[in-house]
Amino acid sequence: MERPVVAVVVFPGSNDDRDAAWALGALGAHTEYVWHEDEELPEATGAVVLPGGFSYGDYLRCGAIASVAPAMDAVRRFAASGGPVLGICNGFQILCEARLLPGVLRPNRQLEFACRDTTVRVESADTIFTRRCETGQELVLPVKHGEGAWHADEGQLVQLAARGQIVLRYADDVNGSLDRIAGVVNEAGNVLGLMPHPEHAVDPLLGSADGALLLAAFVDAAAEHVLAVA
Amino acid sequence: MRATVLVRPKDGILDPQGEAVRGSLQKLGFGVSGIRVGRVVDIELAALEPALAREQVERMCSELLANPLIESVEIRLEGE
Repeated sequence: MERPVVAVVVFPGSNDDRDAAWALGALGAHTEYVWHEDEELPEATGAVVLPGGFSYGDYLRCGAIASVAPAMDAVRRFAASGGPVLGICNGFQILCEARLLPGVLRPNRQLEFACRDTTVRVESADTIFTRRCETGQELVLPVKHGEGAWHADEGQLVQLAARGQIVLRYADDVNGSLDRIAGVVNEAGNVLGLMPHPEHAVDPLLGSADGALLLAAFVDAAAEHVLAVA
Repeated sequence: MRATVLVRPKDGILDPQGEAVRGSLQKLGFGVSGIRVGRVVDIELAALEPALAREQVERMCSELLANPLIESVEIRLEGE
């Protein structure tokens, strides 16, 4: 089968774009970079990644300025058409600021930059991103962020939990995130944001290959989206 | 026209930056029980009617300058 196109959006200050492209390429995707000023995604894009980093120097609020970049209009249209979108770390922050995902990421409560391996529990295997996992499965994924405390109001949290939109939870309190939430999906189920980095955990040599479970499922979803719109 | 936007963390929202500053001021010997750190944005606008200027600045706040989930804004217009 032909490799599905996965677009990796690059903002000034992104720094995990190449890692994401490398990992996705190793898992069967054909990756293409999209510059933040581009107004269109590549032809036949099957999925989009917003990578980690410090877009626009985290000025104003992390992810805020990136959320209104021209490329994000294309990402919005792609997401609205049902296309799979994955935001990792800064990408998660951008998706929240763009209102494509609920909540917002706040500075870590511990007042420290968190840089270590974490254990996260798959709270729902019933998503296109986690379907290679089992509900309750624990994954070892690294984090490296200063602003990873996910926050939403109480009503929103109850609603998200009821709808199964809480996808990943830290086993311990990494950053002060509400309910130890590490990743959430949108209501339609095609946009996921998470603070841990699956692209840094795709080879046992790096300490864990658990990230490949998420990314391989994402590449599958990209191939399915290409077929669905063809 | 000049506008000033004060962006503050909403009540009840954890403010680690404020906590860090409070801890530091306490170490310096100041009796400080609470600190909240926000942001000031000074904006030079093309000459406009105050009502129109306010409407524009309100839109700037909702589209970019503040996140209503966690921040409150106060807008001050010069000469208003």
